[in-house]
Amino acid sequence: MPTIVVEVMPKAELLDPQGKAVAGALARLGKTRFTSVRIGKRFEVTVDGAVDDALLDEVRALAEEMFSNSVIEDVVSVEVIGSVNH
Amino acid sequence: MTTPTTASADTVTNAAATPEREQPYAALGLKQDEYLRIREILGRRPTSGELAMYSVMWSEHCSYKSSKPYLRQFGTKTTEKMRKNLMVGMGENAGVVDVGGGWAVTFKIESHNHPSYIEPFQGAATGVGGIVRDIISMGARPVAVMDALRFGDIDDPDTARVVHGVVSGISFYGNCLGLPNIGGETYFDSVYQANPLVNALAVGVLRHEDLHLANARGVGNKVVLFGARTGGDGIGGASILASDSFSAGGPTKRPAVQVGDPFAEKVLIECCLELFQLDLVEGIQDLGAAGISCATSELASNGDGGMFIELEKVLLRDPTLTAEEILMSESQERMMAIVTPEKLDGFLAVVRKWDVETSVLGEVTDTGRLVINWHGEEIVNVEPRTVAVDGPVYDRPVAYPTWIDALNADSASRLARPTTASDLRDQVFRLVGSANLADKRWITNQYDTYVLGNTALSFPDDGGMVRVDEESGLGFAVATDANGRFCQLDPYQGAQLALAEAFRNVAVTGATPVAVSDCLNFGSPENPEVMWQFSRAVEGLADGCLAMEIPVTGGNVSFYNQTGDVPIHPTPVVAVLGVIDDVAKRIPSGWQDDGNNIYLLGTTKAELDGSAWAEVIHDHLGGRPPVVDLAAEQKLADLLHYGNEQNIISSAHDLADGGLAQAIVEGVLRFGVGARIWLGEIIERDGVDAATALFSESTGRVIVSVPREDDVKFQGLCEGRGYPMLRIGVTDSADTLEIQDVFTATLDELRTAHRSPLTERFGATIGA
Repeated sequence: MPTIVVEVMPKAELLDPQGKAVAGALARLGKTRFTSVRIGKRFEVTVDGAVDDALLDEVRALAEEMFSNSVIEDVVSVEVIGSVNH
Repeated sequence: MTTPTTASADTVTNAAATPEREQPYAALGLKQDEYLRIREILGRRPTSGELAMYSVMWSEHCSYKSSKPYLRQFGTKTTEKMRKNLMVGMGENAGVVDVGGGWAVTFKIESHNHPSYIEPFQGAATGVGGIVRDIISMGARPVAVMDALRFGDIDDPDTARVVHGVVSGISFYGNCLGLPNIGGETYFDSVYQANPLVNALAVGVLRHEDLHLANARGVGNKVVLFGARTGGDGIGGASILASDSFSAGGPTKRPAVQVGDPFAEKVLIECCLELFQLDLVEGIQDLGAAGISCATSELASNGDGGMFIELEKVLLRDPTLTAEEILMSESQERMMAIVTPEKLDGFLAVVRKWDVETSVLGEVTDTGRLVINWHGEEIVNVEPRTVAVDGPVYDRPVAYPTWIDALNADSASRLARPTTASDLRDQVFRLVGSANLADKRWITNQYDTYVLGNTALSFPDDGGMVRVDEESGLGFAVATDANGRFCQLDPYQGAQLALAEAFRNVAVTGATPVAVSDCLNFGSPENPEVMWQFSRAVEGLADGCLAMEIPVTGGNVSFYNQTGDVPIHPTPVVAVLGVIDDVAKRIPSGWQDDGNNIYLLGTTKAELDGSAWAEVIHDHLGGRPPVVDLAAEQKLADLLHYGNEQNIISSAHDLADGGLAQAIVEGVLRFGVGARIWLGEIIERDGVDAATALFSESTGRVIVSVPREDDVKFQGLCEGRGYPMLRIGVTDSADTLEIQDVFTATLDELRTAHRSPLTERFGATIGA
């Protein structure tokens, strides 16, 4: 069954306290090459039947309106995976 | 990673050389005459950095340009007694009150209304964070928070979005900080539909010697920025907050909201307290609205007058920020301190210990100018007072509202009052189960209440109470109140009603009211009728505080609160702080033992105008609000205080919204102790009908329960002080509330009616 993957990230300008905490933990472990971590969300939406453009548009709209909070988050990608998987 | 911006900023030299350059002052919220005044002050056009600073600092939110002339009354209408215990008054980050024993308490209430509509969770969370930093910057340890909330119609679909976001934002930030939330109030009314009010209050405790102020003194002292890094959040937030409407959009594409990190704030609290304890800072200021622009210009204005800053030393989360954006950023969890060069190493050792990032930005100078460089080039050179203190002041037109006479003439006395026992019963149930009188535990159960282990009283008691000194039991009590409906009918009297109720709510806990903080929420100051409401409310509050001799120690004004073109009801939230010698002597709000006599203090008049009864039963708002007698309120507070000293009062509960019926129902539900009540003597003495006895919102009334053996003493106390008193019932071991000749209801029935409105709309939550 095809799956549509939606990725949402906190807006680049805004503080990401979770990411900051992980970046701090990396530094404490001596992993000094990593300068920043940001943590977002990934939605895997499994579809019954083939994915057409209309459905993809519908998911794009849902991603903007429901999966993300447009005031503080951006939808960074909407893509189909496993579309030929039976 | 993007590369840092090195493109040279608009310098002072450049500004002087290019006077004709067009500047986007209007998009930044400045009026043309304001822009021209900036040019006149500087003798040239402002650089873009200076324009950014002036625009945020001259916004309504930061400059109080419409309210300043009125707020002066809080300073002028004072007496020696009011100033006596006031260690720090208006104008600083928060007022500080001496509570005895070498202790002081600082408290303040502040609005975060507009951000909480755009992004309810973060808006409310950062509202809590901001007010807590105000408390820290006085040198105090924050010990409690509280919120006054106003939401739209409880049945509007958008209300749930705002309620869920705001309540979880407050609980998230406050709970993570480990601060008890000790009460507050919540109302639903369609006037707040697209403009909820989120007024956050914080209280801090300090020893007298720990007091710190926001000033930059001592030439050569270092200016240090510490806490979170500066990012692109909330840029333009300050001006958007107070610009004509937030749908007009911000000056930049940057988000207008900020994201808070309570764990960073918790570390900052502990770090600051250690810095204070080791005496490592000379002056300190939190960064809130207008960020670095505000902190630098205010610190310099309050100190020796000069400061030199190298802006590129600000630690950035986002290296692409421009100098203007750094000046305006409202990134949370940041503080600015003034440190002597000798103590800098000690300071840096403490911040290192707490893992708080810090940068030394510059130093205090005696030039009288605030100079800010950006990579070696001068981009700001201003007299700091022109930015922070001597902003524009408007004498806005004031007009008596055209509609108010008709509104005042439309009294609730024409409305049908219930006469039969079954109608009275039905209306009592409708009232206790209405949105505004319903139990608010759905909200308050999401907050930590007893964390830190010093909470003596909290919701649903009339006021919150916290112990300050574990040895002596010394503590404080706080209550917030404002009835927007009364203020709509008469803002002068409405403000005094808010004061009287908050005062009474503190008095019934056994504490003595000592100080006031206010958060004045109004519509647009450019609307002359709103300005009239504002002027009347401020006058009412200032006159009321003078009459009761308790000072206003600080607070905040929030204008431009409107849904569409319709201004909110004037909502001057009044917070009263009281002191109690020993929290062990607090008075509970509910009945605990059966067989106690229940007394009603005060008289009941036919005052149903603006009442909860008129709203719930008749959807009516009109007439004149209840009469306020501030001298009687003081007399009542004294009586309660004295009775409590004599140990003859076992509970006391204020009568306000919903009148006697609501107070009795709350009394029985508090600890599940039933009661038998008779209305006959009230009806006879006060010449009112049963509906008025149950639902009138006359002021100066409290129900107290008194142990049988203290009856004579208590009656003697009231008679001796000339305060009207009637025995109206007894507490009862049966699980029922009986109002004689009217109805009997089981506590379960009442509890269900009282608790269901919020859970029905917003879903189940712990214990609700």
